[in-house]
Order: sequence, then structure tokens, then C-alpha cells
Amino acid sequence: MSAATSPADFGPAMLQIRGVVVRFGGVVALNGVAFDVGQRQICGLIGPNGSGKTTLFNCISGIYRYSEGEILFEGRKLAGTPRHQLINIGIGRTFQNLALFRTLSVRDNVLVGGHHLAHSGFIRNALRLPIVRTEERRLNDQLHRLLHLLDLEDVADVTVASLPFGTQKRVELARALISDPKLLLLDEPAGGLNHGEVDELAALLVSIREQFKLSILLVEHHMSLVMRVSDKVVALEFGQKIADGTPEQVRNEPEVIRAYLGETEDARAA
Amino acid sequence: MSGEITAEATEASTSIRTQPSTRARPVPFAVTVIVLAGAVALTFLVSNYHLFQLTMLVGYAVAILGLNIATGYNGQISLGHGAFYAVGAYTAAILMSNFDVPYWATLPIAAIISAIIGFLIGFPALRFTGLYLALTTFALAVAVPQLLKFKGIEDWTGGVQGIVISKPEAPFGLPLNPDQWLYLFSLGVAGLLFLFAWNLIRGRIGRAMMAIRDHALAAEAMGIDLALLKTRTFAVSAMYTGVAGALSAIAVEFVAPDSFTVFVSIFLFVGLVVGGVASITGAIFGAAFIVFIPNIAEQVSKAAPGAIYGVILIAFMYLMPSGVAGLLRRLYHRLVPSSR
Repeated sequence: MSAATSPADFGPAMLQIRGVVVRFGGVVALNGVAFDVGQRQICGLIGPNGSGKTTLFNCISGIYRYSEGEILFEGRKLAGTPRHQLINIGIGRTFQNLALFRTLSVRDNVLVGGHHLAHSGFIRNALRLPIVRTEERRLNDQLHRLLHLLDLEDVADVTVASLPFGTQKRVELARALISDPKLLLLDEPAGGLNHGEVDELAALLVSIREQFKLSILLVEHHMSLVMRVSDKVVALEFGQKIADGTPEQVRNEPEVIRAYLGETEDARAA
Repeated sequence: MSGEITAEATEASTSIRTQPSTRARPVPFAVTVIVLAGAVALTFLVSNYHLFQLTMLVGYAVAILGLNIATGYNGQISLGHGAFYAVGAYTAAILMSNFDVPYWATLPIAAIISAIIGFLIGFPALRFTGLYLALTTFALAVAVPQLLKFKGIEDWTGGVQGIVISKPEAPFGLPLNPDQWLYLFSLGVAGLLFLFAWNLIRGRIGRAMMAIRDHALAAEAMGIDLALLKTRTFAVSAMYTGVAGALSAIAVEFVAPDSFTVFVSIFLFVGLVVGGVASITGAIFGAAFIVFIPNIAEQVSKAAPGAIYGVILIAFMYLMPSGVAGLLRRLYHRLVPSSR
């Protein structure tokens, strides 16, 4: 376990994973994993299939419970926070294999991402009181900023299911970003993208971090993407952390080479 | 782990075909005005019997709109909305006959009572999705006629006999007969309810409803409280259908348990699908179908109207798989290419 410290310029940790243990029946899916994600840091989480990446992701996003350890966000324990509250405290996410609202337009998909930014309820909406109009106007300003940033203006009114996969991925990013999260959890964002699209994604992630001043936890198979954009990489194997450091350090870690890069030469090439 | 299961169940629950891009799109303002003016003009153009039919149509349209809010927009399939229709109808009848409440004042009370019952049923409904919810609500619809015959509440409900009420006269000395007045009254109430529904659907609450229908887990990650939103949606849905029931009771001047068999729920569901799932205007076409098609079927064949009805229903589904509203929408986009 080498060079576990993150570079100092990322400030106090935004997300702290502290000895998280998850068991499914007799199987230990995560065995005391611990690491930090700093402010405005892009942290890549890698590991072979079954290493526990997705399990950890699901622990942070409130889908799995963990029997031991804790996860802190800005110093506050996450356990017990209802899933729909995560966005309120600043945690946004995307899904593996897309989870868009298929029948809705791009515009409405992104607007749903801003649901918690407004507060008017059933009665005010049914009467379309002035407060509702004000809220909608404010949301629409945000919406246009994101549609522009993610190059979705031309397809704003198109039903999302009819768009190409790569475009849908951008819609999902826009939907997660409209709420201005402090931490963005990305679950295999490169899955299903071609080479060119992965390059665009890499550039996009870096620019998003600058513009939105947020931290990113990137769970990803795609090694070259992770190595290119991450400030820090954490490698898991069989539910244990086997490396934690800069992309360079992790790439040269013998454990990682053995567990991951060594056995699939094409993963490096991808 | 339960999250994954939820996501899959949601897939199943959305298997009924909704309108593509179900953002509540404004029917052009001019069309709305013309339709409303035409509807008002009918008051003076058609016979009292036809006005009665139109009043029933307006009521059914509100009921189907209510069903659409839960099933079409929120993906909570209900085969039991006839129960809320019955609750509204009985509320109006009991208040008018036992408590001398004026007919118009029964509507808000029917709205509140059916909303409360809808809210309470919405809670267990959270545990069921898709087809399981459909069966659970169906059980409710099956139970209602028998519950209405229950001896303990016979003083209020009139038991098997039901309750006879009388049709209100036009107020303020308006030169309208009761059928004309009741038609206009129902039209006004329905107009307001349609406006409220449209407002609801096009705002953040409507978007949240549809988001839950399309992908519950993602909706939750966007900060939508599933339990809160689904129970309230079910309450609003029940409220609409309850008000529709009250309107129909006033128009029919009579309620009895056998008027509220499980068929009411089924017909509302038929109207929902024929008119267009997740379409506000579709509710009107659906209502027209359930009011007029049985009559037409009867005219075609006195011997087997059910069979004719079935054939017409199949033809509708075959020719308009996304309902009348879906067909009109497609025609509109073809005629006005710039609209897409």
C-alpha cells in the first residue's frame, strides 16, 4: 500500500471511505476499504470484475448497506440518509448503462435533475401560482446553460430514447449537473462509447471539474480514461484496496500490474 | 440491493404504451376556445336526453383524467378507480338526501373524502408495482358494491335500494331547464379540473410523476421522494375520479350498489387506453367511447351488442395503438411539420 496521501492542494477530504465492509451471505464483497476523495479532485476507482467497485459505488449512493465502517461526506455520516436526500447535500450521480426517463424529452430529463432546486407542491402547481413561474424560469436558465455546455441545444425537444447512445450519456451528465453537485459519482461513464467518444468524455470531465468546481468519483473499466483524467486512482481487488496514489504510481504498482493490467493486455491498449 | 429490484419492477409497470414525449403539450389555444364554445352551444342545440348523455361524458372525462394522472403519468396501474367513482357518487347522494347539502357544495366534500381514501390506499400501493398494483386495486373494485350494501351503514346508503336525489334547478332565474343547467355546471367544473391537471402535469410535479414512471431509481437519485409523490399523486387521482362520481350521481339522480360494479373500473380503464394513455385531451375521447360506443353497438345488433362492442374496441386498438390522442397528435405533426 504505497503513497496513500492525496496531493495537498485538494484540501480536506470531501468524501471519506472508512473501513467499509459489505457481506452478501458468506461472500465478503468489500473488506475494509478506506480512501479519501479531496475537494475538486477526480478520483478513479478501478479493479477487475467482481473487485467491489460497483458495490462500493452502491454503498455511497445509498443502495447497499454496509455492516462495518462508515462513509463521510463533508465530515457527515452518510449511513441512514434517504436516497432522495443525497442530491440535497450535494451528491449527484449517473448510472451504468443509462437510466434516463425514456419517454421524456431531453429538456424534461434535465429539468427533472433540478427537481430539488424548487419547492412548490401539488396545489401551487395546479394553480400555477407566480412562485411556480419564477421557479420554472430559474430552472430554465440553468437548463440552457447545461444544454449549451453539453452541446444538446439542437436536440432539446427530442424524446431521449430516440437519440444515439453517446448523446444519451451527455443527457445523463447534464441531468446530474443541473443540480450543481459538490461530488459527482460516475458509474462506468465510458461503457459503450467508441474511441472518439471516450476522448471527448475525458476532455468533458476535466472541463466539468473546472466549471462546476466539483469532485468526481469515477468508477471505470476503461483504463486509459481513468489514467488520463484522474488526479488519484484507487485500485481494488477481491474487496480489498491494493493501490492508492497518482495514476503513475498506481500504474507501476506490482500488485496492480499482476491483478489487472498484467492479465489483460488489451485493457491497457483500449 | 432492493434498488435493483425496484428498477426492474418499474420496467414492468411501464409496459402500457404511453404517449411519446409525454410533456403535456398545449393544445393550441384557438382549438381550446372553439371546442369550449362548441360544447356550450350544444346546450341549446340538442335534446335533453342527449344533454344528459353529454353530462355523463363530461363526468367520465374527469374520471378518466383522474385515472390518467395515476396510471398514465405516474405508472401506477389502477383497475379499481370505480371505487373512487362510487365514493364520490355516494358522498354527493348522502349529503343531498340526508343532510340537505346543496348539490354544488357536495363536490368539494366528495373531493376531500375521495382524496383521503386515495391517499390511504396509496400507502400499501407503494409496496406493489405494475401488474400487482393492478390486481390489488381490482380487489378494491370487486369489494365496493358489497361494502355499499353493508347493513351497518344502511341508514345512510339506503342498502340495496340506493338513494334517490333530485336534479337541481338552474339558479338566479336563468332561463335553462335542469338538464341544460347541469350540463353547463358540469362543463364548468370539468373545465377547471382539466386546467388544474394541465398545470400540474407541465410543472415540476408532473415531470416528477413521469420520471418515477420511467425510472424510479433514477428519479429518486434526482431528489424525488418516491413515497410522498406517489401517495399524493394517487390521492389527486382519486379526488378527480371522486368528483366525477359526484357529478354523475347528480345527473343520474340516483345511486345504488349495482351501478358501481367492477365494470365501472374496467370501462374507465378502457376509456383511458382508447383515449390515450398519458394524454389530457385523451380523457375526453375515452369518455366519448364509453358513453357512445355501447349505444352504437346496440343499434348495430340488438342480439349481440357485447360482441359488436368488442369488435369496435379491437378495431380502435389496431388502428390507434396510442389512442385517439396519439393519432391526432401524429396527424397534427404531419400537417404542421414545423411542430416537431
